[in-house]
Order: sequence, then C-alpha cells, then structure tokens
Amino acid sequence: MNKLMKIFTLDSIIIPVVAVIFGLIVGAVIMLAGGYDPILAYSSLFTSVFGDSYGFGETIREITPLIMTGLAVAFAFRAGLFNIGAEGQFLIGMTAASIIGIKITGLPALIHAPLAIIAGGLCGGLWAGIVGYLKAKRGVNEVIVSIMLNWTALYFSNYIVRTFLLQEGQQKSVDIQPTASISLQGLSMLMDNARMHMGTLLAVLAAVFFYIYMWKSKQGYELRAVGHNPNAAEYAGMNVKGNIVKAMFISGVFAGLGGAFQVLGVFHYQDIFTGSPGIGFDGIAVALIGMNHPFGTIMGAALFGTLTSGSSGMSFGAGVPPEIIRIVIGSIIFFIAAQGIVRWVLKPLYLKRKKEKVL
Amino acid sequence: MDAANPVVELKQITKRFSGIVANDSISLKLHKGEIHALLGENGAGKSTLMNILFGLYQPDEGSIEIKGKPVSIDNPNKAIELGIGMVHQHFKLVQPFTVTENIILGMEPKKLGFHLDYKTATAKIKSLSDQYGLKVDPNSKVSEISVGMQQRVEILKTLYRGADILIFDEPTAVLTPQEITDLMSIMRRLVDEGKSIILITHKLKEIMHISDAVTIIRRGKVVDTLKTSETNPNTLAEKMVGRNVSFKIDKKAATPGEAILEVRDLMLKNKEGVSVLDGLSLDVRAGEILGVAGVDGNGQSELIEALTGLRKVDSGSVTMKGLDLTNRTPRFVSEQGVSHIPEDRHKHGLVLDFSMSENMVLETYYKAPFNKGGFLNQQEIDKQAKKLIEAFDVRTPSIETKARSLSGGNQQKAIIAREIDKKPELLIAAQPTRGLDVGAIEFVQQQLISQRDQGKAVILISFELDEIMNVADRIVVIYEGRIVGEVLPEQTNDQELGLMMSGSTSGGKQHE
Repeated sequence: MNKLMKIFTLDSIIIPVVAVIFGLIVGAVIMLAGGYDPILAYSSLFTSVFGDSYGFGETIREITPLIMTGLAVAFAFRAGLFNIGAEGQFLIGMTAASIIGIKITGLPALIHAPLAIIAGGLCGGLWAGIVGYLKAKRGVNEVIVSIMLNWTALYFSNYIVRTFLLQEGQQKSVDIQPTASISLQGLSMLMDNARMHMGTLLAVLAAVFFYIYMWKSKQGYELRAVGHNPNAAEYAGMNVKGNIVKAMFISGVFAGLGGAFQVLGVFHYQDIFTGSPGIGFDGIAVALIGMNHPFGTIMGAALFGTLTSGSSGMSFGAGVPPEIIRIVIGSIIFFIAAQGIVRWVLKPLYLKRKKEKVL
Repeated sequence: MDAANPVVELKQITKRFSGIVANDSISLKLHKGEIHALLGENGAGKSTLMNILFGLYQPDEGSIEIKGKPVSIDNPNKAIELGIGMVHQHFKLVQPFTVTENIILGMEPKKLGFHLDYKTATAKIKSLSDQYGLKVDPNSKVSEISVGMQQRVEILKTLYRGADILIFDEPTAVLTPQEITDLMSIMRRLVDEGKSIILITHKLKEIMHISDAVTIIRRGKVVDTLKTSETNPNTLAEKMVGRNVSFKIDKKAATPGEAILEVRDLMLKNKEGVSVLDGLSLDVRAGEILGVAGVDGNGQSELIEALTGLRKVDSGSVTMKGLDLTNRTPRFVSEQGVSHIPEDRHKHGLVLDFSMSENMVLETYYKAPFNKGGFLNQQEIDKQAKKLIEAFDVRTPSIETKARSLSGGNQQKAIIAREIDKKPELLIAAQPTRGLDVGAIEFVQQQLISQRDQGKAVILISFELDEIMNVADRIVVIYEGRIVGEVLPEQTNDQELGLMMSGSTSGGKQHE
C-alpha cells in the first residue's frame, strides 16, 4: 500500500485533477457564452452516466477501448517513442479478430474467443512492429511512418471486410461466430442490455501487466533506459534497436487487443469505415491525461469515456451540442500540457501548506 | 582614469534562483586597462554574475555602474550599446559563413538600403585585426580555420561592435598550449590599447600569468579580491575551495607488468570519408596509466568508441590478453573486464531520469543477483547502490534521487564507483575530471592511481596537459588519428607536448 502511495505522488495526482476542474470551468464559460446552462448541462451529463445501469454500462463500454489505446501510446512513450499509430493498430486488431471470429468455425468458445483475441493483439503488434523496424534499422521517424500506416490500415481493413467478410447488401461484415464472442450476456441483462464484455477486465489486467513489466522486469528496465537515453543504453551494452522494435510491438499489441475487444465484445461485426473511428487518436489524449502511467491511463480513459458517453445525455437534457465536450477535453489536455499554469495557480496553496508544516 | 574611477562597478549584486542564492551581494571593480580574473569553482556563481553584467539576468538587489554612471542592463543589446562584449566559451559562429559574414551578422552595413556593403566591413575588420595583432583573414570560411582562430573571430565580433569591456568565459578550455600563449599576448595587447577585460577561469596558472587582479568567489560570495602580484597559486586555491589543496599528486613509481591491451593499426573513416583513425597503434600494460594527450577532435572519441565496442572500425585489431575484442559489442567488451568512464557523463554515463540506484546497475542489471528470473531484484539493487554511494562518498539525498539532481562532481563519482566496482582489468577514463572542481578532481585522480597500484591497466584521455603530466606514467600524443609520439612525463614539458599535439613531430619518436 505504501508503494502504491508512492506511485501517486501528490504532484502527479493533483495536476490532472486540477486540470480536469479547469477544463470543466472552461467548458462552462463557453456554455454560458452560448446561452446554455452549464450546471444543468453537467448535471444531465452526470445523470446520464450514473443515473441508470444502462448508461453506466455503456460508459464502461466506451472506456474499455480507450484504456487499451491509451496504454499503447503510454507504453511507447515510456520507451521514448511517440506511437501516433494506435489508430491503425487498433483497426488491424479489429480486422484480425473479425477474420478469426468469422471464418473459423467449429471451435469451442474456450478456444475460439482467446484465439481471436490473440490474433488481434498479435497483428496490431506486428503492424506497429513495422514502424519500430523502420525506425531502428533505417532511422525513419516513427511519427511519419505510423501516420501513413494509419491510412494503410484503414483502407486495408475495408478491403478485407469488403472482399472476404461482407454481408450482402450492407456496408459491414457478417456477424462473428457466437463461439468467438466475449460478451457477458448475464451481466448485460443485469445492466439493461448495456454491452458488457470480458475486454474490460482484460484491459485492467493489461494495465497491471504494463506496470509490472515496465518497472519490475529486466526488459522494462532496458526499455526505460533506451527511452530516456539511448546513448547511455548503448554504452551499457543494451540492444537499442531491438528494444525499439520490441517497444513498438508491445505498444501495438495493446492497441490491437483494444480493436479485438471492440469486435468480439461490442459489435460482433466490423463496419466498412468511411473515416478512422478515432479511438487510437483519443488514446494519445488519454495517455497524456494519465501522464503515461498505466493506472493514470485507466483514470484518463474513465474521464474521457465518461465525458464522451455523457455528452449525448447532456445534449438531450440541456440542449447543449455534444461537441462542447470536445472543447472540455481539449482544455483539460491543454492544462495538463501547460502544467506551469496549474502549478502557478496552486502555488499559494503549496506555500501555505509548507508554512503549516514548519509550525 | 585612475583607481578611483572604475569602468565597471558591480555593487552588492544579489541574485536568487528559487531559493538558492547564486550571487550574494557581490561587489567587483574593473579598472581601465586591467585584466581582472574571476576565480571560482563550478557553481560558485561566476557565470550568473557575468550573465547579469551582460544583460541576460536581472539582479534581485544591487546596482551596476559603467564608467561611473548607474545603468540598468535589461538585455544583451543594451550591454553591447554600453560597450560590453562577451567571448563565449562555446563559440556562436555560423560555420559555412566567412569571417566577415559572421562578424557583421545582425548589424550588416548596407548600401542603398539593402545592398550589403562587404567591402567596407572587410576593410574595417582587417584594420581591427591588424590593430590588435589578431592575424585573422576576413575572407576565410569559419569552418576552415582553427579553433584558436575562431576564438579570435569571436573577439573581433565584440571589437567590431565597439566593445571596450570584454568578458572572456573560460577562453582556454579548447585551446592548445601554443594557442593559449597566443591568446595571452592578444589579451595583453587589448588592454595595452585601452580595453578592460574580465577573465572567467578556474585555471590558476593562467591567472598568475596574465591577470592584474583577481576576485575569488565561493558559493555566491566574494571571498577576497587580491592583486595578482601579491598572491600565489596555493593561496588562491585555498580561498577558492575553502581548504588546503595539494597540486602534486602523491604517487609511487609505476611497476608495469605485461601488456594488457594491444591496439594495432586501427583505421576508421567517418561518414564524410575522412580518416578519423589512421593506423593508430598503442599498448597498455598492467599497473600503468597511459596518458593520451591531444587537442580535442584528433580521434580521441573514436578511439574510445572503438575500444569499447561502441563503434566498428574499418580495419586493425584490439586485443586484450590475447582475446580479440575488435568490433565486438559493448556488452562483450565490458564482460571481458573493460570499464569505461565516458567522456560525456550526461550522454553516455548516466540515465539522468533514472534514480541513483537504477543508475548504479546500468551495466550489471541483467546479472544475478540484480536479475532474478527476468525480474529486477530491487532489494539487491538498493543494497548495491547504498554500498557504492557510501564507499565513494557520493553526496545524494537518497538512492531514490534522480541522477539529474546531483552536482557534476557527484555524478562523476557515481560513475567512477560503478565502473571501478566492476573490478576491471582495463579502465578507460575519458576526460574524467572535465567540469569538476578542485576537490573532486583530486578524488578522481587518486582513484585512477589506486587502480593502477592494484595492477590494473588504465588509459587516461585528457585535453588537460597538467592532468596528463601529473597522473600518467607514460604519455602518447594523438594527432589526426595517429599516435605521433611517446614520451615520459618526467622527461618532457608542456612546450614539447604542445608542439607534438599540434602536429610537429619533433618530440619522441614512435611513428615514422
């Protein structure tokens, strides 16, 4: 417990919390300027999320993939890489899970579902691995490659769905085999048919894995050393290039798993997307809010998911356009990125506390 | 002007940085035609004070008077207007530009509003250069002239802007002994022509040689201001450090054994196809410190990288006790008993954002007992860190503290602790005392000698001749990627070494 307290040092928890409050205030000011009632808006947002079990369940559904893409971005970041390609890795994970979930038949659920999940994670990892490989061996900037691969992933996934998995006359694939589903029927029934699935639990476990791997294992030590100072890592005899590829691979696995959960647990089919779904991009914001810590990422995803999921309730209850919530999220990210502002506002508080300690 | 009218007077300057007092009511008087040395250890507050004078920082308390008038210098342009010029330690020159282009940069003389008037500028620079005996060719490209010449371009830059108060920030750090001598005479000439100079340095020899007065700063406070003629190096060192320092290092004569490391004909071309190692050969024996002297940029870094596996050579061989180490990985080399105190401790030696305990196992984390089945054994790592920190007196608040927050000296101690604890056969120390203060330098050099006394082979690569002369048992000189001579410290002098370092092979013979 003491250790857990150490992770969440005062600073690293206070700043995001204050940034969230500031973000909400900015949103409120904008609502006021637009002639809306911010208190009604936030309260209807709150009610739509926590007011009934369906809203709550759907919020959790919203949060789950954000945890995964957030972990993907945070993991790469800890190894000194900016994985802006979680979006593409997420799509590839979806597609791989769809292929396994639809095309393979006759397997028991106990094997089929895990197989589809593993395929999703693996393919997401390999997709990101391309980025890592090009960066390590050819020195190509990971941001550029991963942005390009996002588009490649989008059209490649659409091609796969259209050519191999299409449901006649529709812009989506046929449904996956029931054996590949990871939906929790019983829980969904209890939650008024909110789409609950195993992926949520696995996402939390993924965060725990992230923590243990990164801070307790030998390989994580290497990844962090490479991330902080590749020159020193090389001096110390670490394989810098190998570690870059490995970091990108694991990062991609997180995103790919997120995509697999979405197909296997939520929709049970895959759309032909006209544009990127954006969950991978949101993962960047989530990781930022979570300060690239796995447990912070869970909280960041919870916040992001709650706001997003509640925005429709807010628009229903207070007539506020749901886009306002994107402004709130944007402001929160701004205040987290510009920590100086938060520290400056908090300064008098800190000083006061110090004085009290002296007394 | 006489002593009553100083050209610069700093009065009770105080500057605080978030709770730390960098300058604590410092007063300083610079007279016309005087070279005034500012002496202090790293972090004593010299740079802060000069940055205040040059307008980069504002003092919290105190005032500045230039030629008797109180002024407030709120930016460097104001300082230049007042006739203050700064010759920075790290030159601020555009390499592909000519000397003239560099000097006029930011205040280009124009004809007809937009046409650059190079002719007038070149003529003015030429006459300034002649007046002060700088011998700079205004038309040569900066990338093609020597470091010493580049420094003169920096001096010209300040003169061109009409400076008559010049601040030299550690000007000799990058120069060869000959270039230092030349710089000294240039500085003399400048003051003879009526300029005034503030010289920031921690080299006592230079102060004794060139300055008229010296102000010693310790921990942000003025300890004393003395006339150079009325003091001596020992007094100065004592005042600077705050305790007695010995310059001469106590060491017994070396008792070298068999050769541990044999380097033969190393060849290496850089990306541009230029030979950076050009048939370099050397031997290091057990129980001796081999000093590698040379001016920066003559292949020292490449030699170290080749020896430690950080860079692959094109041809040649590195053999340690009969085992071929040529082009092996850094880890392989390290496991054969090679320790390396890197040249740049921030770049290679430490992961600054890691805790001290994480840094202490940077090269051994994968071995038992620190690695237990793929997981870090934090208890053992902490124990190791505590042991090393205690044994080498690394001043750190705790082992959880990030390496970044330690002072340079303590960071270096930590690296040395880690490297020596590996019990190496061969210790490669590259610039191990760079940027350290007198006390820390003493410690580091003692450690190298004690390794030698335990029968280890030590390579000391340094740009500081004094260090090489004091510490090494045998000296080789590296020039343009080759060893151009070998001498014994007791049979040579700065002059001879300096000549060898600048490429004239009049010294000892080894290379044809």
